[in-house]
Amino acid sequence: MREIPVSEITETVARLCIEANIDLGADVEEAFRRMKETEDSPTGKEVLDLLLKNAQIAREERMPICQDTGLAVVFIDVGQDVHFTGGSLEEAIHEGVRQGYEKGYLRKSTCHPFTRKNLGDNTPAIIHTRIVPGDKVRIVVEPKGGGSENMSRVVMLAPAEGIEGIKAYILQRVKESGSNPCPPIVVGVGIGGTFERAAFLAKKATLRPIGTKNPDPELDALEQELLEKINKIGIGPGGLGGRTTALSVHIEMMPCHIASLPLAVNIQCHAGRHKEAIL
Amino acid sequence: MSREIRLETPLTDADVIPLRIGDRVLLSGIIYTARDAAHKRLIDLMDNNQPLPFDIQGAVIYYVGPAPAPPGKPIGSAGPTTSYRMDPFAPRLMAAGLKGMIGKGNRSQEVIEAIQKHKAIYFGAIGGAGALIAKSIVSSEIIAYEDLGPEAIRRLEVRDLPLFVINDTVGGDLYQEGMKRYAQAP
Ligand code: SF4
Repeated sequence: MREIPVSEITETVARLCIEANIDLGADVEEAFRRMKETEDSPTGKEVLDLLLKNAQIAREERMPICQDTGLAVVFIDVGQDVHFTGGSLEEAIHEGVRQGYEKGYLRKSTCHPFTRKNLGDNTPAIIHTRIVPGDKVRIVVEPKGGGSENMSRVVMLAPAEGIEGIKAYILQRVKESGSNPCPPIVVGVGIGGTFERAAFLAKKATLRPIGTKNPDPELDALEQELLEKINKIGIGPGGLGGRTTALSVHIEMMPCHIASLPLAVNIQCHAGRHKEAIL
Repeated sequence: MSREIRLETPLTDADVIPLRIGDRVLLSGIIYTARDAAHKRLIDLMDNNQPLPFDIQGAVIYYVGPAPAPPGKPIGSAGPTTSYRMDPFAPRLMAAGLKGMIGKGNRSQEVIEAIQKHKAIYFGAIGGAGALIAKSIVSSEIIAYEDLGPEAIRRLEVRDLPLFVINDTVGGDLYQEGMKRYAQAP
């Protein structure tokens, strides 16, 4: 049994909130550069340049990439041989978010759904806990902006709609989202499971580094096909027209009920932020 | 090809009418920030014949809720928020003299028509480029609704704020046109 004081969780979550919001992942920047080569629209190229410049300014000035520093989505994989000491694990995560958003000059965006009153400290965090073998703890913080989250959907397709129905729904969703989710986007797709599991899979899919292959060859081919089709829609960087509408499509799939075909599309904006730590 | 045009606020008909979709504008002067909650309060004031907290004639409103200012900086990251949430309020403000709106994303048909009718303009700022945009903001001061936090109304002084013309006075729509121009048959 390994003991970990929850104060370590708080410190780590606080640090990851700040880093994720300020330092854009190398995979995203690399994708901006790569897509610039194939972008036909001069305005589109210019927007990609501005996004690269934005990432650089954020890093140098220690400012968030985007003012919407999101709700803090926290994935925590806890080794089953770990024993947390000194308080509640969940409270320690919320406290980490509280401290990170305060110290990092990040915008606080949680509010009461009816009164819309801002809660002032960006808590509660959205926590996804998983118990795994071993004595390590893996924490991923993904600040998720409202603009792209609002364009996301879960739908229960009829099984007969099949793979063609899945493709059509995803393409339509991206098209309807237009410029709202700050393209170029990453399209996270969850197929199967239940209503809520499909949504979770779609969110998890957004975490996979851009440029990595799906281990399932069938899904890999589907990702490539969808990316190609999405980049023919014409939305382009910033929605101002062009080829670079999406940087990549990531799919997670699992079995589902014989009567249903759940599909979730979680759109991630170009501020594809997430940072990870292992304790 | 798009042109680059420098403009100073307050905007006039002469500034706005020649603008066309795709034009790149570098905007300088005073602009005001407002999001949905602030818009609602502005409309309430107008309904009750109360004065607005700033002069709306020729004014430009930026749809933004900035991040807090780090020490020594006038403002934190400050990119645009999605504009459609302001659509129900925007035509009233244009009728009262508002000349420019800055945001991201599509506007409603009512807003597009009001832009033509009142000779106003809708600029897009690059969504998510909050750190870059903050560089163009020289000063920031809350002038109303401090209780709204990031949604308070701020008076911003901007220098060469980089914008694109999205909806112009002749009914052009860059999001529609741009998408059409680069759409390829599947
Ligand atoms: S969609 Fe993403 S990049 Fe755009 S404003 Fe929201 S958080 Fe920022």
